[in-house]
Amino acid sequence: MLAELGHFALILAFAVAALQCVLPLIGAQTRRAGWMAVAEPAANAQFLLTAFAFAALMQAFVTSDFSLRLVTENSHSLKPMLYKVTGVWGNHEGSMLLWCLILALFGASVAWFGQGLPATLKARVLGVQGMIGAVFLAFLLFTSNPFLRLAVPPMDGRDLNPLLQDPGLAFHPPFLYLGYVGLSMSFSFAVAALLEGRVDAAWGRWVRPWTLAAWMFLTVGIALGSWWAYYELGWGGFWFWDPVENASFMPWLIAAALLHSAVVVEKRESLKAWTVLLAIIAFGFSLTGAFITRSGIITSVHAFANDPERGVFLLAILAFFMGGALTLFAWRAEAMTSRGVFGLVSRESGLVLNNILLAVAAFVVFVGTIWPLVVEMASDAGVWDLGALGRVTNPFYAIGLFDAPKRISVGAPFFDMAFTPFMVALAVVLPFGALLPWKRAKAGRVARSLWPAAACALAVLALVWAMQGGRSALGPVGLALGAWLVSGAAVELWLRSGRGEARLRRLRRLPRADWGKALAHAGLGVTIAGIAGLTAWQTEDIRVVREGQTVALSGWDITLDGVEEVQGPNYIATRGLVTLARDGREVTQLRPEKRIYPVARMPTTEAAIRNGFLSDVYVVIGDPQDGGGWAMRSYVKPLANWIWGGCILMALGGLVSLSDRRYRVAAGAARTVPGGVPAE
Amino acid sequence: MRRGAIRAALLALALWSGPALAVQPDEVMDDPALEARARELSKELRCLVCRNESIDDSNADLARDLRLLVRERLAAGDSDAEVIDFVTDRYGEYVLLKPTTGGANLILWVAGPAMLLAGLGVGALYLRRRSRAAAVTEDGLSPEEEARLRRLLEE
Repeated sequence: MLAELGHFALILAFAVAALQCVLPLIGAQTRRAGWMAVAEPAANAQFLLTAFAFAALMQAFVTSDFSLRLVTENSHSLKPMLYKVTGVWGNHEGSMLLWCLILALFGASVAWFGQGLPATLKARVLGVQGMIGAVFLAFLLFTSNPFLRLAVPPMDGRDLNPLLQDPGLAFHPPFLYLGYVGLSMSFSFAVAALLEGRVDAAWGRWVRPWTLAAWMFLTVGIALGSWWAYYELGWGGFWFWDPVENASFMPWLIAAALLHSAVVVEKRESLKAWTVLLAIIAFGFSLTGAFITRSGIITSVHAFANDPERGVFLLAILAFFMGGALTLFAWRAEAMTSRGVFGLVSRESGLVLNNILLAVAAFVVFVGTIWPLVVEMASDAGVWDLGALGRVTNPFYAIGLFDAPKRISVGAPFFDMAFTPFMVALAVVLPFGALLPWKRAKAGRVARSLWPAAACALAVLALVWAMQGGRSALGPVGLALGAWLVSGAAVELWLRSGRGEARLRRLRRLPRADWGKALAHAGLGVTIAGIAGLTAWQTEDIRVVREGQTVALSGWDITLDGVEEVQGPNYIATRGLVTLARDGREVTQLRPEKRIYPVARMPTTEAAIRNGFLSDVYVVIGDPQDGGGWAMRSYVKPLANWIWGGCILMALGGLVSLSDRRYRVAAGAARTVPGGVPAE
Repeated sequence: MRRGAIRAALLALALWSGPALAVQPDEVMDDPALEARARELSKELRCLVCRNESIDDSNADLARDLRLLVRERLAAGDSDAEVIDFVTDRYGEYVLLKPTTGGANLILWVAGPAMLLAGLGVGALYLRRRSRAAAVTEDGLSPEEEARLRRLLEE
């Protein structure tokens, strides 16, 4: 019964969202206050209705209502309660419902916190948000209804994929969606600004916190996913350049660029058209991500053809929003005249360079991700079947680009090579750019004030080079870059705190935005150092180990004391009893497991990890061997935790910056900001 | 009763081909230098039946066969390039995780640098226009006038 009510609530939410789209947009155009006033209650109602539907689905999962098809396919009565709850979004339909819920939540929060927004801008933002909501609710209702019943309910469910029964992955999707969907806010503000025909400092200040929040959630979501891959997949990889990962990474890069360009709009009234364009593209990448991950097109264009309904719908959504917004942009961008002027060497120029590097990096990831598809389609069979439109000879054959069907792969080696230079360049120029004053700067003076950071980076470079004996450049250079970013952030805080006494007190009273910026930049440095260290210096040992035998690896002694069988709530495990020792003294006990989930008929490996500040020890137990003993794989992974530590710092920086006074003040008071905002 | 169930499940586990971990102890070559090269090569070759996994990461039987093939060729004295050619001849370009630079793939490789150049070009044009506008600053002073003002203030 509750499921039917949930379904009904979703239909109502769709109707309300359509209303929220049409009335306020027309009202804002024709200046009808009554029509515009529909936006707020509609946004609230859409949120409440979607929340009710989500609660209904959650109730079905929690009570294991196997008359729902979705619950049968993704749950099991013996599954731990945590994973019954998180199982709601561990599948396509449920995760789409979560997506709609978060979308409605963001729309409603404009209604809650947007008292300061001008009436027409607010009506338009909510109208566009309503349009996105209506389209996705339609997608949910027509292609992916989570509330379908089964005629004959089974006794028990088929269980959630055991790889997903894990705390790291349980909370990875909500964060990711908060990020993806958060970018819809930037999009709505951009489209509303185009409709209004004006972008000013106040607009920059309203867009920035939403983008910041979305970027922060994306950072946390991506980090959670990467951390999960590290400990769950069994060999400690943390990033695979898989299309699904790229789908979340591209919006992250563009959101990072958008964050920085919105600062220029807010403080200097420049880069307006570009910022609006970035806001549109950022959400475009979110939609592309949804399309890539949900259409099945990654595996192959042919997998896409197997279930074309969802894919085509999503492609239509993408084409509709991007086509519409970009047309509007081409039409109205002229109106976005920039007022600020600045010299060739200035904070503005630095941020332009930041935007170029981030945007091109995202473009490289995009091209690499879709290239296998492009090749497969462009070289396919020589004739394209366009359905009702007839058959056309593939034009790429005519120009001789392809002469036979071809499939290629683009994987980690390509991305490592093509993407890394952008991040290195970004890291090198970042501390300079961050220190440049607005309007006009003296490059020499900034460079001189950075000498402590340069000295620190060079010292790290020399020290690490000497310690590792010149094996490869990756480790020393990566660590030096990290040191450069961290000490650069420290130098910036130090310089900002002024001169003379009471410096520490002034340091404490710096605007939170300054602290947030320094934290986030330092976090990037820590992550870069972690990636370089782990990639350059990881050591591993793969061998057959008998009970009682010890493996020596990078100064650690890893002893397999024994193996036991363990019964878990919904799995059975083979557990290795491993002692980790250093210099003859026991450090800790490790318990690597190999689990089998009988219902899902799937095995998983649970690595045992001894987390350390400087390095992790990572042990995986494998199969029993014919001649006795067990296959055991041991790794020492230097600086592994720095990767996620840096991500946490970055997200924390975003959070601190978000709590800056100017956003709290801006949210409360509706005041026009004078054009010439004083440069810092 | 319960132990029996565990035994049965473990037996089933042993019979499945699935859970084998990527590189197995019996695959590892005796010569560490050759093994290191084999690992590096394995990272560039795709497991044909997996989704975007290298044969170095994959648990699939086919990936194991390919790993053994790579090691066989290395033991026979092939260079890295010869091994890659050998595998590509048999399994096609699809097996390469780093695509070739020939033919249409040139677009893939050039796209990034070309876009960067274009971006830098447009950015430079924009900045020059902005800084030209800056020659007369908001308060209407040219750089010379500003310099004079600064001198006067310093005196």
